[in-house]
Amino acid sequence: MGAISQLAMLLFAPGFHGKQTALSPAGPQARTIEHTFLLIFWITAVVYVIVIAVLAIGVWRARIHGNELPPPQPANPVHDRIVARIVAGALGVSIVLLFIMLVSSYRTSHATAALAASSALTINVYGHQWWWEVEYPNKEPYKIVHTANEIHVPAGVPVTIHATSRDVIHSFWAPNIHGKKDLLPGYFNDLTLEVDQPGNWRGQCAEFCGEQHAHMSFEIVAQSPQDFQRWLSAQALSAPGPTTPQIAHGEQVFLSHPCVMCHTIGGTTANSRVGPDLTHLASRSTIAAGTLPNTIGNLAGWISNPQSIKPGCRMPPNPMSSTDLNDLLAYLETLR
Amino acid sequence: MRRHLLILSSIAAVLTVAGCKREHRVFDPGATGAQVANGVQLTDVHVGQVAHPPSAYSQYSDSAYAVGEGKRLYSAYNCVGCHANGGGGIGPPLMDAVWIYGSKPEQIFSTIVQGRPNGMPSFAGKIPDYQVWELVAYVRSMSGQLPSDIAPSRSDTMPTRNAEQATKKEHPSDEYQQPVQQEKSR
Repeated sequence: MGAISQLAMLLFAPGFHGKQTALSPAGPQARTIEHTFLLIFWITAVVYVIVIAVLAIGVWRARIHGNELPPPQPANPVHDRIVARIVAGALGVSIVLLFIMLVSSYRTSHATAALAASSALTINVYGHQWWWEVEYPNKEPYKIVHTANEIHVPAGVPVTIHATSRDVIHSFWAPNIHGKKDLLPGYFNDLTLEVDQPGNWRGQCAEFCGEQHAHMSFEIVAQSPQDFQRWLSAQALSAPGPTTPQIAHGEQVFLSHPCVMCHTIGGTTANSRVGPDLTHLASRSTIAAGTLPNTIGNLAGWISNPQSIKPGCRMPPNPMSSTDLNDLLAYLETLR
Repeated sequence: MRRHLLILSSIAAVLTVAGCKREHRVFDPGATGAQVANGVQLTDVHVGQVAHPPSAYSQYSDSAYAVGEGKRLYSAYNCVGCHANGGGGIGPPLMDAVWIYGSKPEQIFSTIVQGRPNGMPSFAGKIPDYQVWELVAYVRSMSGQLPSDIAPSRSDTMPTRNAEQATKKEHPSDEYQQPVQQEKSR
């Protein structure tokens, strides 16, 4: 059944394998969701085919008679009884099938919720227009890690996403791993998820939240627990000080331009939380919430005129001389 | 009858489409030139002829979107830290008729850009011009200087004051002739 259904699904769904599809589950919850989906898909597909076939037979038989009304039939108790039994049988089958789907969906919601009790790690996620703030809480303040649009999780361990919104309603959705969870301003929602294997998956805001809703994606990076711990302790460090005059000048450009009004770079005087934390910007694979790959050219274009890439986003254009821009980029590249 | 219906519905369609374009949103104000703050007069007393610098204010004070952005930036850039939500605290209130350094848009602009003695920091080079204008438009709305269809009607957070839209209009002395106080004869 599994292999055949997957083969058939391939015909209908071209994006079957991918980083952002519920049909390629990468965690226990997504797998139960996929099972329910396939069950409902096949039940409804078979019912649909039967209903359409019966309808086609009816239409085809009506065509034989042409436009004439059929002659009035004499009462036939035997025939009537057969028809009544067929209708009652179909009704009974429908009730049973609907009941099967009901039980399956109830079991799925139970199975996806059961993980929450065993969660060891909590990650705070804040939705912003239009990016994701990610915070790894710690009792010791200097170990708190802030990052953006990239959620690193240890593989094989349940992780709780403790999520709220800083402005309007957003929705957290990484379809390979779990279902959706809304992010509501002023209220925390929890979503516990687990990823089987190390790897990267893409998620997306699933609740329309303004002009750049489509450019509000994030990446889930699952790592082995050791790699994850290594990553976490590296992220908790401040930015390294400048090593060359060019980088020192780049840092000065950052600190004396509008950048400091919104961004944080650990170890400098830039400490505003309006925009993404840039302390380890160069370690991230994308910029502008998954809009562009994090390359030096994209970064230059983004800094100079973000409104040409993501119109309506909160970052203003930053006109500056080419020397300043190059030095700034050299500095940002050191923020590993 | 059918023709009337067609004409009526096309008029309705045109009106609907026209109604959608209520305001213009400036997402890309282009490269900012020199800061104009130095060209602004603080008083009407000046040397020689006055060269009035071009003011971009009306572009922002006519747009509910720009004023809403100003309201957001007012918190984001921590104006709220000193001026509170208009009532003042460490800094002077912004919702009354008293303006130490002038209430005109260009004067508020230069107050933000240049800074002022006793605590108001200079934001020169830290905030792009268009965002300063958005802040100016919002600051003006706090004392009811903007029309009610443009001033913000609600807050994203728990309201601490009447909506700017519902604020009584103040009459700063440098913009409006004040009623003459009759001196009591002694």
